[in-house]
Amino acid sequence: MSLDSKVPKGPIADKWTNHKNNINLVNPANKRLIDVIVVGTGLAGGSAAATLAELGYNVKAFCFQDSPRRAHSIAAQGGINAAKNYQGDGDSNYRLFYDTVKGGDYRSREANVYRLAEVSANIIDQCVAQGVPFAREYGGLLDNRSFGGVLVSRTFYAAGQTGQQLLLGAYSAMNRQIGRGKIKMYNRHEMLDVVVVDGKARGIITRNLVTGEIERHSAHAVVLGSGGYGNVFFLSTNAMGSNVTAAWKAHKRGAYFANPCYTQIHPTCIPVSGDHQSKLTLMSESLRNDGRIWVPKNIEDVKAIREGRLKPTEIAEENRDYYLERRYPAFGNLVPRDVASRAAKERCDAGYGVNATGEAVYLDFASAITRYGKEQAHVKGLDENDAALVKKLGQEVIKTKYGNLFQMYEKIVDQNPYETPMMIYPAVHYTMGGLWVDYNLQTTVPGLYAIGEANFSDHGANRLGASALMQGLADGYFVLPYTIGDYLADDIRTGPISTESKEFEEAEKNVRERIEFFVNNEGKHSVDYFHKKLGKIMWNKVGMARNVKGLTEAISEIKALREEFWKEVKVPGTANEFNEELAKAGRVADFLELGELFAKDALHREESCGGHFREDFVEESGEQKGEAKRDDENFAYVAAWEYKGQPSEAQLHKEELEFNDIELKQRSYK
Amino acid sequence: MNLTLKIWRQKNANDKGKMVDYQVSDISPDMSFLEMLDVLNEQLINKGEEPVAFDHDCREGICGMCSLYINGEAHGPDRGVTTCQLHMRMFKDGDTIFIEPFRAKAFPVIKDLVVDRSAFDRIQHAGGFISVNTSGNTIDANAIPVNKHDADDAFSAATCIGCGACVASCKNSSAMLFVGAKVSQFALLPQGQVEATDRVMNMVKQMDEEGFGNCTNTGACEVECPKGISLENIARMNSEYLKASLKG
Repeated sequence: MSLDSKVPKGPIADKWTNHKNNINLVNPANKRLIDVIVVGTGLAGGSAAATLAELGYNVKAFCFQDSPRRAHSIAAQGGINAAKNYQGDGDSNYRLFYDTVKGGDYRSREANVYRLAEVSANIIDQCVAQGVPFAREYGGLLDNRSFGGVLVSRTFYAAGQTGQQLLLGAYSAMNRQIGRGKIKMYNRHEMLDVVVVDGKARGIITRNLVTGEIERHSAHAVVLGSGGYGNVFFLSTNAMGSNVTAAWKAHKRGAYFANPCYTQIHPTCIPVSGDHQSKLTLMSESLRNDGRIWVPKNIEDVKAIREGRLKPTEIAEENRDYYLERRYPAFGNLVPRDVASRAAKERCDAGYGVNATGEAVYLDFASAITRYGKEQAHVKGLDENDAALVKKLGQEVIKTKYGNLFQMYEKIVDQNPYETPMMIYPAVHYTMGGLWVDYNLQTTVPGLYAIGEANFSDHGANRLGASALMQGLADGYFVLPYTIGDYLADDIRTGPISTESKEFEEAEKNVRERIEFFVNNEGKHSVDYFHKKLGKIMWNKVGMARNVKGLTEAISEIKALREEFWKEVKVPGTANEFNEELAKAGRVADFLELGELFAKDALHREESCGGHFREDFVEESGEQKGEAKRDDENFAYVAAWEYKGQPSEAQLHKEELEFNDIELKQRSYK
Repeated sequence: MNLTLKIWRQKNANDKGKMVDYQVSDISPDMSFLEMLDVLNEQLINKGEEPVAFDHDCREGICGMCSLYINGEAHGPDRGVTTCQLHMRMFKDGDTIFIEPFRAKAFPVIKDLVVDRSAFDRIQHAGGFISVNTSGNTIDANAIPVNKHDADDAFSAATCIGCGACVASCKNSSAMLFVGAKVSQFALLPQGQVEATDRVMNMVKQMDEEGFGNCTNTGACEVECPKGISLENIARMNSEYLKASLKG
């Protein structure tokens, strides 16, 4: 099967409008005859469910949490981008489009990204109308801040809880439709298979996580908004329950999986402190607006710090290496995430890490506190030279901007970041790869759609900060509700889909067999035992820096671990009850397959781009020495993998990326 | 640290349930409370026993999924945190810790420490929204300026994570802080004015139907709230309710 991206013809700025004008519509009376399943209730799934229901479709929405409001979009901190140009600093749809394509290291599909930029402004209007309390200036208008990889202020925010506020907005839109009976909500339900009838996605099999009941649900189309797969690394900033199962089942039923190796390692997370750790906590990129990243210049100071003889605040300015400002003067601390993460790793690998494990750098707010403090003193007519006063006033400003993040840091690390710099280190945060979708967000299985982080299309090989929220809501509110109509227009006479077909039967049988296996297997090790081992392989060999030897080893180690898992996994309890270990077992089984495909994809991509950094593809000389070396001649394509029974046998399909509106060039932030 | 845990075990909603004693050892003060429970569960699984069921997801204090009534306090002894952000450095070697589910008539136990909080969702279905279509054809976001103080107060109210600590802490199992926070968020914003009357009436009606108790101004909810949601929100809801009642 050849991949058809279905990108409409015509100039890039007109594509979406023309497409909307030309696709089929379903009339309001007929929408009542059509059912749509939405899996996942984060920003993408939640906004899609609400909008589809509002349009008149009968929506069934599913989440594994106890309420749709708890999906992990809620944890997004920093903000959401939109090309509003409220700051008058030269922003435009084209600039947002350009920054996103460049930030993604020229590995995303131009037309999709342009559309994203085009609808971004609408998202802000929509959310404000819903009562999302964005931060405002004293004049009552919306405030903005800056994020990495751009030179304008286009990020809208609600303190450090932007994801929470946007998700509660989408949740409230869902609640309105649940109240009207247009969305039927299934909490604590996990999707365990997609049902394909006559080549079309026609339903799903779910497990009720409270009773253990296996259920069949049918619909005319299935939408997956099930998020990313960062938890394949065990330790990540994802929620404990975030998983790849929905996307992976779709893959096994024929949906191609695109660019699995594109993973975002976020530069500013709280470092790992010990083996007991169950997850990592992000410190928002917005902190890089005011925080400066550094390590000591002298290795003796590093040693003294590690031995507790020296405090970071005691190191003089000239003995600090603000390495991002040094290496990237144009963007400084606001370089994109992949660049900032690699730079931190480079310093720590060179021996300059500032904590006991040697894997931490400082994020320092002292100069911002002084700057804001002086400004406040000036505004209030107080003494700008009174250091204690300036510090106090400055800390108050920092508190209003980042208070919840500072509190979170203090609770976890037991140090006061107002007084001493934060320690941070990169951690797995987001997956740019995902199910391959065309311009309509449809996967290679007709009637099966993927939106938000679950698809691959908009962020290329590296996502810019504050773009995930934008994409989730763009897909759910403004893209999918149009494009799905084009497909469903053929279904107005189909009538309800029966759940009695042999396809439903077969899918349910598979699900039941796997559950029976888990609860009856007399293994030796818990699910977490295997998950942690998988995570270690992924982090050490498929993490921030990759090479042929490590990737080849990872592939065989993951395969061996998977075999051991199926022999030795131990799941207590029974199938017909609330059983978290059972739910986890199914998720880890899928991670153990995805992990191998992930490494295979990383091995095949013989270039460095964005979050995919191959040590064997590095600029060796010139101004860009040491930076990633992309190979546009051979790798400017989307790698879409088709399932063939085993991850190792997955078949590669290429979607060549065309760049008509942006010149392909080396990404420079210097 | 070595600790004695007294944990509520209840097979399912129909089971009577009881406290069971467990020992855990070598607990690091840097662990979170839930990581300490992970250690216990790993221990139980390896012994062939059933692990303790508890709700959790984001483990960074924002999703509102985790709960637990620890030593008689919702989310334990620390202030301004959820259980997942509570760290073991708050306890001492040799401590005995009592761990129970959030208890309220409207929050029936599902298993062990897991409770059903869907009553909160149903209150939101009754009116926790502004009825605008998600069409993208609304007015420009800057067309209505909002006073910064009102916007900030609306935001503070909106930071409620819906965990239910307020209900669990209240001697009457009242949900007034939770409902008051949502009513306040919209009451403070111009966008929320149009439906203000119906919203407060419908949400309060649903709250009563779910079996939550009344507010007697004890203030335990505010103290135990991990997000510091203020009692002012209850006062504001009462005033909104009174206004709505007078309008009929």
